[in-house]
Amino acid sequence: MEMKDVILEYVIEEYLEDEDEVLTFDSPLISGGIVDSFSMVSLKRFLENKYKISIPDDKATPEAFDTVDKIVTLVNEYIK
Amino acid sequence: MAYSDKVRNTYEGTLQGIKDKGVFKQERYIHSSQAADIEVEYPTGAPIQKVINICANNYLGLSSHPDVVQAAHEGLDARGYGMSSVRFICGTQDIHRELENRVTEFLGTEDTILFPSCMDANAGVFEAILTDEDVMISDRLVHASIIDGMRLCAAMHDTFKHSNMKHLEKKLQLHADKRLKVVITDGVFSMDGDTAKLDEMVALCDKYDAMLFVDESHSSGFIGKTGRGTHEKCGVFGKIDIITTTFGKALGGASGGCVSGRKELVEMCRQKARPYLFSNTIAPVVVAGVNKVLDILTKSTERRDKLEKNTEFWRKGLLELGFVLQPGDTPIVPVMLFNAKLSQDFSKDLYDEGIYAIGFFFPVVPNGAARIRTQISAGHDIHHLEKALAAFKKVGDKYGILGLTKQEIIEKYGL
Ligand SMILES: Cc1ncc(COP(=O)(O)O)c(C=O)c1O
Repeated sequence: MEMKDVILEYVIEEYLEDEDEVLTFDSPLISGGIVDSFSMVSLKRFLENKYKISIPDDKATPEAFDTVDKIVTLVNEYIK
Repeated sequence: MAYSDKVRNTYEGTLQGIKDKGVFKQERYIHSSQAADIEVEYPTGAPIQKVINICANNYLGLSSHPDVVQAAHEGLDARGYGMSSVRFICGTQDIHRELENRVTEFLGTEDTILFPSCMDANAGVFEAILTDEDVMISDRLVHASIIDGMRLCAAMHDTFKHSNMKHLEKKLQLHADKRLKVVITDGVFSMDGDTAKLDEMVALCDKYDAMLFVDESHSSGFIGKTGRGTHEKCGVFGKIDIITTTFGKALGGASGGCVSGRKELVEMCRQKARPYLFSNTIAPVVVAGVNKVLDILTKSTERRDKLEKNTEFWRKGLLELGFVLQPGDTPIVPVMLFNAKLSQDFSKDLYDEGIYAIGFFFPVVPNGAARIRTQISAGHDIHHLEKALAAFKKVGDKYGILGLTKQEIIEKYGL
């Protein structure tokens, strides 16, 4: 599975309460109220564990995490 | 003068925004002591009306119980009005320690420390026991005071979906590398009246070496066969690492709270918890009152038994009338109306019928989940509940929602 599909699947499973809601690669997650700043923590940890990377706290901003597409870009910067 | 027109206008604009959204809160003045029958001035300036109160946290009807009032009088005479000190300077009397010991025994823990309120207990406890090497994993519906406490703590914070044990287990696996882990939940959730699955949570915490924290504010005194709380009900009495609870609800309703649990954790709070160190001790008169409450509750389960019967009668009565309830078996019984305006209109009409109950809507509950939250008390007699049921029937008829399903109410009134 491609990275962006993995991340989308995780976000849906982690944050949506209602199976019917639709989410796409460019849905606003944080500014759209789907992921609150508290819950971003688990997303960051998930990415770090899954891709064996470490994202510095100052790079894990709400902007950088706002869509699945942006998250993919961010993760790719840290994969060696 | 720095309070310029610009500053004033800023606040006026913000306050107007709250009014425009229809979420501006106003107090209602009660001209009697707290009980099933109260006298209310509402709106302000209106003639005083006698109404039945079904929205107090006075679950055991002890807030104005003559024996508690008497004990408080005696405490006032014997130990004075105030202490003018925090606990560790000169604010600890024999009766404060006596209360801590009694709470420890009542809750089945190792030790207890009093706080000015449970809000303060929740605000102080996490910072006192955790560092940035640790993780807090909380249910997504925990009380606001717990959220504030977690914000004040340097440990990592993560959440799990409400009462979802699979999700909790995943989180425990995700954070397996942390030094210390604490799983955090309410025992009974105050808005929905449902109960945490403490038996499963204890098992998961054992499996993954995590501590378990439970806020028992809406459980202490009446949940479980002898009223010890959710842990008694779930068969895990003695197995909770940290309990916080309040004396401001079932346990007399005056004020005060505590952290009760493993003795090292309680000691950490005594050394480090800021609301304990930097806020005044609980007044002797209140301590004397709570000591009496615990006396009453350890001698007899009569009051919690009556509460249980009242709750059954109330839930059954509402269901027979055709209301949609939030499922559960606690004295918190939310009558679901879904639409925010309907919940406000319904509450107002109930008041005109002599029933005092409040409508809750977003952001206190999720959008589209507006409700009248009713709370039953051992202070209610069947005639109170019968009168309240008659009022709910009349108002329910007026809005044509009796017998309708959730979907049908939403179709009729929108979300
Ligand atoms: C679950 C929960 N925890 C804590 C509190 C705060 O208790 P206190 O009034 O003692 O500050 C409340 C009361 O609103 C509550 O419902």
